[in-house]
Amino acid sequence: MTDENNAEPKTVNRRAWLKLIGAGAATGVLPAGAAAANDSMGAMHHPAPKAASPADEPVPVYEFLNGDEAAFVEAAIDTFIPPDEVGPGALELGVAVFIDRQLNSGYGRGDRMYLQGPFIEGTPEQGYQLRMTPSELFRNGILDVNAHVRDKYKRTFDALSEEDRIAVLTQLEKREIQLPTVPTEIFFNLLYDLTMQGYFADPLHGGNKGKASWKMIGFPGIGVMYADKIEAYRNKKYMSEPMSIQDLL
Amino acid sequence: MATKLKPVDIAIVGLGWAGGIVAKELASTGLKIVAFERGAPRATNPDFMAPQVHDELRYSRRHELIQNLRKETLTFRNDPSQRALPMRQLGSFLPGEGVGGAGTHWSGLHWRWTEWEHKMYSGTVAKYGKSIVPADMNLQDWPIDYHELEPYYDKFEKVCGTSGKAGNLQGKKIDGGNIFEAPRANEFPNPPLTQSHNMVLFEQAARNLGYHPFPVPASNASRPYVNPDGVALGQCHYCGFCTAYGCEANAKASPHFTVIPLAHKNPNFEARTNSYVMKVNLDSRRKRAVSVTYLDAGGREFEQPADLVILAAYVFGNVHLMLHSKIGKPFDFQRNSGVVGRSYAYQSMGGVAALFSKDTYFNPFMGSGALGTWIDDFNSDNPDFAKLGFIGGGGISSGSNSGAPIGRRPTPPGSPRWGKGWKKAVVETYHRMTAVGNQGSVMSYRQNYLDLDPTYTDSFGRPMLRLTFDWQENEFRQMEFARGICANIAKEMGAEQVLSRRDRGRYSIVPYQTTHNTGGTVFGDDPRTSALNKHLQSWDVSNVFVVGSSVFPQNAGRNPTGPIGALAYRLADTLKDRYLKRPERLVSA
Repeated sequence: MTDENNAEPKTVNRRAWLKLIGAGAATGVLPAGAAAANDSMGAMHHPAPKAASPADEPVPVYEFLNGDEAAFVEAAIDTFIPPDEVGPGALELGVAVFIDRQLNSGYGRGDRMYLQGPFIEGTPEQGYQLRMTPSELFRNGILDVNAHVRDKYKRTFDALSEEDRIAVLTQLEKREIQLPTVPTEIFFNLLYDLTMQGYFADPLHGGNKGKASWKMIGFPGIGVMYADKIEAYRNKKYMSEPMSIQDLL
Repeated sequence: MATKLKPVDIAIVGLGWAGGIVAKELASTGLKIVAFERGAPRATNPDFMAPQVHDELRYSRRHELIQNLRKETLTFRNDPSQRALPMRQLGSFLPGEGVGGAGTHWSGLHWRWTEWEHKMYSGTVAKYGKSIVPADMNLQDWPIDYHELEPYYDKFEKVCGTSGKAGNLQGKKIDGGNIFEAPRANEFPNPPLTQSHNMVLFEQAARNLGYHPFPVPASNASRPYVNPDGVALGQCHYCGFCTAYGCEANAKASPHFTVIPLAHKNPNFEARTNSYVMKVNLDSRRKRAVSVTYLDAGGREFEQPADLVILAAYVFGNVHLMLHSKIGKPFDFQRNSGVVGRSYAYQSMGGVAALFSKDTYFNPFMGSGALGTWIDDFNSDNPDFAKLGFIGGGGISSGSNSGAPIGRRPTPPGSPRWGKGWKKAVVETYHRMTAVGNQGSVMSYRQNYLDLDPTYTDSFGRPMLRLTFDWQENEFRQMEFARGICANIAKEMGAEQVLSRRDRGRYSIVPYQTTHNTGGTVFGDDPRTSALNKHLQSWDVSNVFVVGSSVFPQNAGRNPTGPIGALAYRLADTLKDRYLKRPERLVSA
């Protein structure tokens, strides 16, 4: 419970910190083109002192995402899964860190995908036919969405109000926005799937801090043997402190 | 270019259940046997140790134990008028890779197919006449019947420590078992697994409706067990990490710790892992296999001469090697002739979700891969084909297999997919949703087949296998009929809401459905409609044998592993008792 109680102020500070060091530049201080150009210079967002972070947990250091991308991801995942009285938000559970690591992994680099041409548009039933790896697709999708948002709202996605962020994600989900580089549906689903995976995966992978999503839904984790419980707990609530992989090592 | 190696007696391609069983059974011959496995060596320790093996992201989402598509994949289209495109990401089915093959990550549903399921053509025609068979359906008998396979089914159950309850013991019907099963000589080696709450409800509801529920035969051991080979299986923990995972308890039978270590008792047996077999090489008359060409982990090419070649890869691997090696006549859709690649079939997964009242706790995280209660009342040839307008059936069941929440986080229809409304819905629904599923048979058709793709090549430069498949009217009717039965059962179970969707869309390769692919190297009595004779021997190249579900003429409404194992044991006997004594064609065409 400590984690959950601490999480919200941390989130606020994290956002404030990002703005302070420059990611917030995309909120309108700089012209839109300049913010986009910053994409390739993401390192400028990172060397800030850790002192800005409150007490017990370090500010996440992203391996893959640059500052603009990180700001987008943090805003998007917290729109998908916002903190409320039902349970924690995706950002406070480390889902941005999870996504960053996944994009930088063999999975993100498409190491088990077939990526040889020719690349031809197929039917929906034939599945993914782009030459992009998940990481490349993700990166291009953020550029596309931010370009759209800048055009319409004169700021980047992370600087939008909650209401506007919900509106943009809803339009993406309904394919009411046509992204120029990346098919809207594919980008939306990738962002959505990674968010859900990070929220619910074992904390080993960087998200689901404190196993908070497992506690929220009542999933008792990965370490329980139920041979002597399955009958005893028929139609009864089974309670236990969830165990994760690291808890059991 | 290839380094030529010293000859061996037997080359086996693929080291899952099929290849593992054959290798183990032939160990006593002392012959020089090399088994080629495209994936890595695997052992329970260190590969499947808890807690790391209980990693949903790694195994269930990132598919650690599944075929690497970067190296080889296939192309897909729904019908012959389309251009096939590569399967670039995993989806519809998940072929295994590594020692043990799909046997490491299967669920453990371990069936004997029914008498009719081995004789679908003659069984159907005897009851309904020839006119019931649609013109484009390749309805075909197995060349052997259930009774020939029964001893092998029995043997495979004992090796796996299958947990279940007989419903037909030597012809005597037993309540509580599957009264529709074919007669078995012996009871299951282990008693059934313990039922979860939804299974208890399902069983009672099915009985109320006059059906005959029984525990799914499960190769998840219900108690500690030592099989006839002296291999110990642990008791199933019901840990809920079974399908897609290796089992740290050795409770889920898998070739990597049962038959394969016993194959290694033959000092002349060798498993070459991380080795991709590219091709079977034939002599100049194309009547005899002389060697296989393979690449090792470093990409070096070797030629391994062998007197006998056994293809025991997954369905797609067997068919691909046959086509690429030009063994047998490839199927030609336009002419409707040829046999290799003909009669590919799949399976349909349908049914309903059932939402119960707020105080219900199904505890979905307590479960095992094959934990389920099932009815066969509408499976096999139990439905009235003439009245219902389809041939085939489906097994209807409710089980408890996994509560891991990346994959299992149901919400009622109409709920938002994200945001505060979603979170509320997922929390309110997690414990009180269950499912009544239908696993439907799929017949074979002229227009559903495998051949070589004209455009795409795999990373080794070979033409890819091309899959052409779509659902047909017969299967839509079965699915719709079964959905109605599932809904009735769910209501009878006490569901507040029964959630189902009528879907007559085209087959899509994108969402996971089932790894129960069949056909392409069918065995039969007629070389015009089968690639193999009844002994699983190529009609054309007599020192090539093929084993696996690629030999099934069409698919049934139940899992394929039982008959795959039984056929592998039978093949080993055929080789030991006949072929190796006198290597020749075992059936004249």
